[in-house]
Amino acid sequence: MQAWLINMINLKDIKNQFPIFKHQPGLVYLDSTATSLKPKIVIDKINEYYSEYSANVFRGIYPMSEKATAEFEETRGVVSKFINANNSREIIFTRNATESLNLLAYSLGRKIINPGDEIVTTIMEHHSNFVPWQVLAEEVGATFKIIDIDEDGNLEFKIQNSELLKQIITKKTKILTLTYVSNVLGTINPIKEIISTAKSINPNIIAIIDAAQAVPHLKIDVQELGADFIVFSSHKMLGPTGVGVLWGKEKILKDMYPFMYGGDMIDEVYVDRTTFKDVPHKFEAGTPAIGEVIAFKESIKFLEKIGMNNILEHEKKLTDFAINRLIDTFGQSIKIYGPKKIEDRGGIISFSFDKFHPHDIAQILADQGICVRAGHHCAMPLHTRLKVQATVRASFYIYNDEKDVEKLVEGLKKVKNILK
Amino acid sequence: MNIYQDIILDHYHHPHNQGRLIKPDKSGKVSNPLCGDKIEMMIDFEKNKVKEVKFHGEGCVISTASASMLTDFAKSKSKEELKKLNSKFIIKMLGIDLGMTRIKCAVLPLEALHKLL
Repeated sequence: MQAWLINMINLKDIKNQFPIFKHQPGLVYLDSTATSLKPKIVIDKINEYYSEYSANVFRGIYPMSEKATAEFEETRGVVSKFINANNSREIIFTRNATESLNLLAYSLGRKIINPGDEIVTTIMEHHSNFVPWQVLAEEVGATFKIIDIDEDGNLEFKIQNSELLKQIITKKTKILTLTYVSNVLGTINPIKEIISTAKSINPNIIAIIDAAQAVPHLKIDVQELGADFIVFSSHKMLGPTGVGVLWGKEKILKDMYPFMYGGDMIDEVYVDRTTFKDVPHKFEAGTPAIGEVIAFKESIKFLEKIGMNNILEHEKKLTDFAINRLIDTFGQSIKIYGPKKIEDRGGIISFSFDKFHPHDIAQILADQGICVRAGHHCAMPLHTRLKVQATVRASFYIYNDEKDVEKLVEGLKKVKNILK
Repeated sequence: MNIYQDIILDHYHHPHNQGRLIKPDKSGKVSNPLCGDKIEMMIDFEKNKVKEVKFHGEGCVISTASASMLTDFAKSKSKEELKKLNSKFIIKMLGIDLGMTRIKCAVLPLEALHKLL
């Protein structure tokens, strides 16, 4: 194993903590962008809740319910500290990042967007940060504006061209919503600079960051970023499925409409009126994914133990290694999308290979135990922009190493042999 | 069972009935937005039966092989016979085990054909 891997992350130790590698021997998992694998400590914590204190939260006066509530709220505190929120009231649990974004489109968007206002997003968004805003704009009669990418897959925003910027961001722009890391190109957008530039043109802009592909891989400090909202999902960062996070500035959250109505979110209900709880509970109607939220904190502790900076460095080095191996081996017949400079990208490599169909590539790799994704990765506008119907995507996380890359290279050789 | 068998790959590399008809009686397009497969099928009838059928487009191995085999099968068959065909027939025709996601690729040419009947 190469020195750079041993120094930062003892990979064998890490792999041993993921039971899936015992159940799926030889697994080459290169689809962490879709969902990550789960360490034993997270699985055990879910089991602990269901085995030992599986009561509802915020309701029972009996000790089991109090234990569940305390564990549930402890996660809120851990998340809050992890992203450096002002306080844990700013952390709202949803089902996933998609729900967090839809919550914002309903509860914030429908409150502040008027006819003629502008919503600005980018061409590299996942559908979940594109469609809710597109639909809202159409419904209200607002303008939906899209920031393009350059040939390298970086946002045109990055070019310090204030004229271009002023054409997009205006005094009418109410919401700027964009991804931190592209789930296709791997581009890490300079979020801090983008937000500060946007707010210098119009200080009233609300900046929303889809951090679903960022929070699992790099250190996020919401104070430093200057965003008003960020969203992410537990299941992409070693945690359970069914848990998403919406972080927002408390002041704005308080003014927003509730998202769903029902249990847990109301204060008092009369036949003629209802009052609602304060944040965060105002946005958490119904019984949440209790065991999953409780276990989510274990994944955060796990990541913190490794260190977010180590994780990013590991992924960058692995990505750099993989890109070089792919190009060395396949030359012109492989086309890799996204930034050429490794500084600008995270652990995601989307590519086209010869004339081979992405589904065939993924299928032949699957037959060799290699899990990659084929398709448009819920980013059709981006694929249209790239003039390609579908791509193959390989993505890395803490349990991947250069052996996985070598297996991918061997796998692609086999693809070529079968389909040529 | 491996789906990339010689017979499937042979149809993929050398598809039968690939191309266009001049002034076809009917033509129709189908697509699978998930993977970007697109097929246009063109057909000529003689009375109630298929006289000639051709297809072109972009597709994976499975959808191309399926289109190649299906157009072979369809010739001189009646509209009624062809209307009865379903995904079970396609799986049997291809002779391979297809997962849930790939079945859509295999059935795409049949959708195109059914549009023309």
